[in-house]
Amino acid sequence: MSLSPNSEFRSLLRFQTPAAAVPGTAQPGPVTNSEVPRIVLQTSKVSKYVDVIFRNLVLICSVSILAVMVLFFYELASRSKLSIARFGFHFFVGSTWDPVAGDFGALPFIYGTLLSSLVALVLAVPLAVGVSIFVTELCPRFLRGIISFTVELLAAIPSVIYGLWGIFVLVPLLRKYVEPWLGTYLGWTGLFTGPMYGIGMLAAGIILAIMIVPIIASITREVLVAVPQSQREAVLALGATRWEMVRMAVLRNARAGIMGGIILGLGRAIGETMAVTMLIGNRPEVAKSLFAPGYTMASVIANEFSEATDDLYLSALVEIGLALLIVTVIVNACARLLVWSITRGHSARSNA
Amino acid sequence: MGVGIEVKDLNAWFGKAQILKEINIKVDPNAVTAVIGPSGCGKSTFIRCLNRMHETNPDARLTGSVQVGDIDVYKPGTDAVDVRRRIGMVFQKPNPFPTMSIYDNVAAGLRLNGYNKRHDLDASVEHSLKMAALWDEVKDVLKKKSGSSLSGGQQQRLCIARALAVQPELLLMDEPASALDPISTGKIEELIFQLKTQYTVVIVTHNMQQAARVADFTGFFLMGKLIEFDKTEKIFTTPSDKRTEDYITGRFG
Ligand SMILES: Nc1ncnc2c1ncn2[C@@H]1O[C@H](COP(=O)(O)OP(=O)(O)OP(=O)(O)O)[C@@H](O)[C@H]1O
Ligand SMILES: [Mg+2]
Repeated sequence: MSLSPNSEFRSLLRFQTPAAAVPGTAQPGPVTNSEVPRIVLQTSKVSKYVDVIFRNLVLICSVSILAVMVLFFYELASRSKLSIARFGFHFFVGSTWDPVAGDFGALPFIYGTLLSSLVALVLAVPLAVGVSIFVTELCPRFLRGIISFTVELLAAIPSVIYGLWGIFVLVPLLRKYVEPWLGTYLGWTGLFTGPMYGIGMLAAGIILAIMIVPIIASITREVLVAVPQSQREAVLALGATRWEMVRMAVLRNARAGIMGGIILGLGRAIGETMAVTMLIGNRPEVAKSLFAPGYTMASVIANEFSEATDDLYLSALVEIGLALLIVTVIVNACARLLVWSITRGHSARSNA
Repeated sequence: MGVGIEVKDLNAWFGKAQILKEINIKVDPNAVTAVIGPSGCGKSTFIRCLNRMHETNPDARLTGSVQVGDIDVYKPGTDAVDVRRRIGMVFQKPNPFPTMSIYDNVAAGLRLNGYNKRHDLDASVEHSLKMAALWDEVKDVLKKKSGSSLSGGQQQRLCIARALAVQPELLLMDEPASALDPISTGKIEELIFQLKTQYTVVIVTHNMQQAARVADFTGFFLMGKLIEFDKTEKIFTTPSDKRTEDYITGRFG
């Protein structure tokens, strides 16, 4: 057959008519033009307008989100002008918080936020990753759904309930059993010394850990599932045990994604207010011991905003808000970077 | 030294579907055996039964016995990990480790088994890559490039090198050359020729000429049954079953 545009050749490029598609009714020979009306595809005028409107609408949406973000920064910065002018950089390293004398330093709050989040991560990451490995690699299929559902249910509990549970269950447990034990055996580290109130940095860290486990676990589970089966087989075929397979084929390929999940969890821990306020003790001091009470950036804003009567006090609180916003943005940017590095190759997905 | 294989009454299932039916095969040590047959007839499933990869699928089930050298593969008490360590496998789809360098890909099996001496690893990696006809292309980027940065054909040769590095007694290859150009294919066939002196090789292939070139024995599978198993020469010149003849002459499949 020549490639000249004869009718026979062109008919091959058309879709079959429904009649011809039914076996048995198909006509022998080429389908002629008369059976299929010639379809001319054209963009209609209306859909061109719709396209323009749609494009602008989406543009407005994205610009407005950007504008809200800029506005956030601007508002916080301008309302904390007084405190910025008075204390300058010293605001971030000063550790006095004395509204009466008008002397403000944010260090105890920054310290409290970072330390309680760190404690939360140290506890939550092994737990969340462990649960995810169990669910995707080890557990029988019928248990899989039940466990994932339960873990994700944790994310749906309001944080004030966590706070209450912490006060009535966690704090007594810590005071009576856990803290004395830690003090006896790990007191030498300096992290577990001093009076045991139950309430304090440790209690806040544990509650935060429970709250961020579902976030880390659900993201980790997704990344583990995304590791192609062929990677597991490759390791198994080399004579690997179950654990070696998890380590070499699964965790190694999923590590960037797991990191992304951890950072999202960290973001949640940094911003969490209610449950932490109820458990951390709300005392602005920088103590090494996890038994000691502390304070976080989010908590101090929530607790003291309504009492802040003079301008400097208010402006100092707003500056803490600004610092919190900056920390959150940095953490989320890191998460983005990591997720970007996953999709950019060097991951199992590109090989799926 | 290579080892002999003896498969007795092998049946394999995925869920309710029986994929392999009553397979019986006996292969001499240091022989190359080709497994041919139309797509979906159970070739991959068959070789995956030889090193206990079949059971890694949760739906999979199997009966019968497989003897590879002195290992009774399916005897209760036989360790699947040990079986897989001694039987190497190259998969139908290249599956290098994407987050590891080329060097680490090849060394992975050795490291798993406790070899950590730099000098030994270097030598083994170089030797394996040379055998797999990949050395010249990657020798300058061994530790710089990752396994997934190679082309499909290079990835497959990397996987071959990875399997060779642990010096298995039996090497199973599932269509190792399907993604390769004629030159690399030639190199792989040469490799299989060389391997014969040290290993027993079972190779799945869709390429009749390849089977004819490299294999001492050929088995023809059809719909989960082993239709005919004989000297390659015999299969390709005077097959005893009509269906084998139809297949190799291209009348179906
Ligand atoms: N993981 C699985 N779950 C269920 N059924 C499967 C699975 N893998 C393979 N099968 C079925 O088993 C049969 C044999 O598959 P197998 O992969 O062994 O074929 P093959 O001979 O290797 O084919 P090809 O030449 O295309 O690779 C097929 O019918 C397939 O549908
Ligand atoms: Mg196959």
